Amino acid sequence: MRGIIGWGVHLPHRRLDRSQISPIAGTGGGKGRRTVASYDEDATTMAVAAARAALRGRSVSPAAVWFSTTTPAYLDKTNATAIHAALRMNRTAAAYDALGSVRSAVGALRAAMAGAGVALAVASDVRIGRPGSADEAAGGDAGAAALVGDDGDGPVVAQLVGSASLSEEFTDRWRVPGDVGAKVWEERFGETKYVPLATEALKAALGEAALDAAGVDALIIAGMHERACAAAAKASGVAPEKIVDRLAATVGNPGAAQPFLLLARALEQATPDQTIVLLVLSDGAEALVFRTTDAVSSYQPAAPVASQILAGAPIDYGRYLTWRGLLAVEPPRRPEPARPSSSAAGRSTDWKYGLEGPAGVLADQVGTVTTFTIDRLAYSPSPPVVFAVVDFDDGERLPVELTDVSAEEVAVGMRVEMTFRRLFTADGIVNYFWKARPSRAAGDGPSRKDAA
Amino acid sequence: MSSHGIKDRVAIVGMGCTRFAEHFDKGTDDLLREATSDAFGAAGVTKDDVDAYWLGTAQSGMSGITLARPLRLEGKPVTRVENFCATGSEALRQASYAVASGAYDLAMAVGVEKVKDSGYQGLNAFPIPNDGTQRTLTAAAMFSMVAPAYAQRYGVDPEQIKTVLARIASKNHANGAKNPKAQFRKEMSIEKLLAMPPVAGGLSVFDCAGVADGAAAAIVCRAEDAARYTESPLIIKALSFVAGNGSGLEDPSYDYTHFPEVAASASDAYAQAGISDPRNELAMAEVHDCFTPTELVLMEDLGFCERGTAWKEVLAGTFDLDGELPVNPDGGLKSFGHPVGASGLRMMYEAWLQLRGQAPVERRISTYGSRSLALTHNLGGYPGEMVSFVGIVGTA
Repeated sequence: MRGIIGWGVHLPHRRLDRSQISPIAGTGGGKGRRTVASYDEDATTMAVAAARAALRGRSVSPAAVWFSTTTPAYLDKTNATAIHAALRMNRTAAAYDALGSVRSAVGALRAAMAGAGVALAVASDVRIGRPGSADEAAGGDAGAAALVGDDGDGPVVAQLVGSASLSEEFTDRWRVPGDVGAKVWEERFGETKYVPLATEALKAALGEAALDAAGVDALIIAGMHERACAAAAKASGVAPEKIVDRLAATVGNPGAAQPFLLLARALEQATPDQTIVLLVLSDGAEALVFRTTDAVSSYQPAAPVASQILAGAPIDYGRYLTWRGLLAVEPPRRPEPARPSSSAAGRSTDWKYGLEGPAGVLADQVGTVTTFTIDRLAYSPSPPVVFAVVDFDDGERLPVELTDVSAEEVAVGMRVEMTFRRLFTADGIVNYFWKARPSRAAGDGPSRKDAA
Repeated sequence: MSSHGIKDRVAIVGMGCTRFAEHFDKGTDDLLREATSDAFGAAGVTKDDVDAYWLGTAQSGMSGITLARPLRLEGKPVTRVENFCATGSEALRQASYAVASGAYDLAMAVGVEKVKDSGYQGLNAFPIPNDGTQRTLTAAAMFSMVAPAYAQRYGVDPEQIKTVLARIASKNHANGAKNPKAQFRKEMSIEKLLAMPPVAGGLSVFDCAGVADGAAAAIVCRAEDAARYTESPLIIKALSFVAGNGSGLEDPSYDYTHFPEVAASASDAYAQAGISDPRNELAMAEVHDCFTPTELVLMEDLGFCERGTAWKEVLAGTFDLDGELPVNPDGGLKSFGHPVGASGLRMMYEAWLQLRGQAPVERRISTYGSRSLALTHNLGGYPGEMVSFVGIVGTA
């Protein structure tokens, strides 16, 4: 039996309150919060974080990683190979990108399902829109991963029992590479296209599973067209209380990551023998029908979505705009860093990407801040640099930059974990390496069953 | 195997030093010509009399041609050396060994740095292509971690430590204020220093060395020939150098309250010179006060006082110009300025002036006339990963 054997989600630490937008941008904004990737995160680093959460506590190394994003760090160069390296996957394991639209994430999951052995489908997006736009407010940043395998690879928690795929060419939403925001056709056009597609795909997939709408315990509808998603939910015949919350008020729509994020959310609330449908509206419609197994109740996610939603810290809109490059502030008066050497980096992949040194792998260790300093002179894309000497629990020491922490909250004795980040970008080369961040125990949040 | 040293075999017979300053109107060539010309004059020789040259510069030029071209040297060997901020001392060490070996009769060590052409404040290292995982922290931030670590280890109140550091800066500013060649010639009260905003950890700009252009030079010969050039040479007693292997950065037992490389080079230097009680035998010390916490810890690493007591000695004025053991009587890196490749030789220049009674009375060390040995200490790098030089000279 092949199916989902695990999942992992990464919600970035910072949250933007949408009420901050319109006083500055003059328009846009709204209620609730959206997640904001740190200045040192991108789709690749958030995918690494989500994948690490999915793999935590497992000894298995995936035979393939399928990475989907609409906001890749690179074109022409594979992004999934950085994820592959950061996860210290075997050289013979495949690493592929599926780029461009939310639909690509479903393609990644289907590819993982179709393969043999353990495969990882991971999706991640940094959703940007022009200041004041609907996309800016509605978007969210996240990474989410689904780990796929057979029963022998770890108990299957959700089995794929039916699916349907409808592809259709129409230009409802589009974004030219390099553009900040997407453009959309008249909203009603997309709605009239998507609702029938959704209805047809849902019916076909449920039919394959010998079910009907009444047998659905949770219906996830993902896609960039919010109005179409809502209308498709109404047209589905599934009871409103069984439509999975799209987390608009707390996370926002993280694009390619939305299908896996909402699937993880649904699985964390699921009980055995339930039917969960993932319906994705993106240039057609994709429907995947999952049946949960007994194993779903004993699965312990490394960082439950509910507790990650409750965690985090606010960011003000000005700094958000700066981080996304939408507000050009005075740079630090220090020399820009030189681009990392590709040949030197190529020789140190184990260290630079895997954080594997002579004494072992530091990536998965927890440590304590022994001493620290705040450097207001050093170059940083977001000064000041918070730097600490970290002593890991197994005895290793690493002097390393901290992230997801303000200068005021760092303290000697603070517990930290390692996170894969981009230190800076020079000549277009993204300089990936590891930082430490406060280990904000996921257990601080509510347990998975009673989470709202 | 042993570090034998060259005690009493080599003499410094002439020195020169430019003013250290933001010399926007002077280039590397100008600074080199000025410092070397003064040194030639002091020794009563010409550039042709000097058989070999060692040029120390961290990043103001490459190869010996950097010196040979502005001095128009003809057929002379010139070696460019670099060893982080201890570059100037390294040039002196190499030139001294060259004459001690008998290879040359007369050699010159020159140090220079033209840091103010970068367009940026502070010192900026020339980037060597790498994998992008190196720390990009400033030296100020790396050294700033020393102060809280020291306070914690010895149970000193953090506010008290701030006062101690300000006391060090204030002392060096007071010494520099009296020195016409120093970059900063303004006294700074402890109250004013304490009010400065932090830029790296708890350190303000006034806890950091002055960033200056400058050059300094020394001419050395075998000790038995010294009288040909001067009536009052400085005799080299010890030259010690340790390059750390960087293990302190990964060593969980390293606590940022001491610099093992400094302690090792000091121990070697004292053995070479036959010194057993530096605090009472030395007339003065020029130490590498790149940041105020550095000078604090150096007092212990160099054996001037017991571990955990330097902060009390600083407050007691032990290292003041009129104290028991004057430290950085010329103002130090803090006030005299720190043109990287020149600093080691600038320290030696102060020993040259003070031990030989050429420092004016108003800034003469308290020990003048009663003691005759001076120590120079020059380091480069960071806590956990540094190079350290210790030199000792005397008048007899």
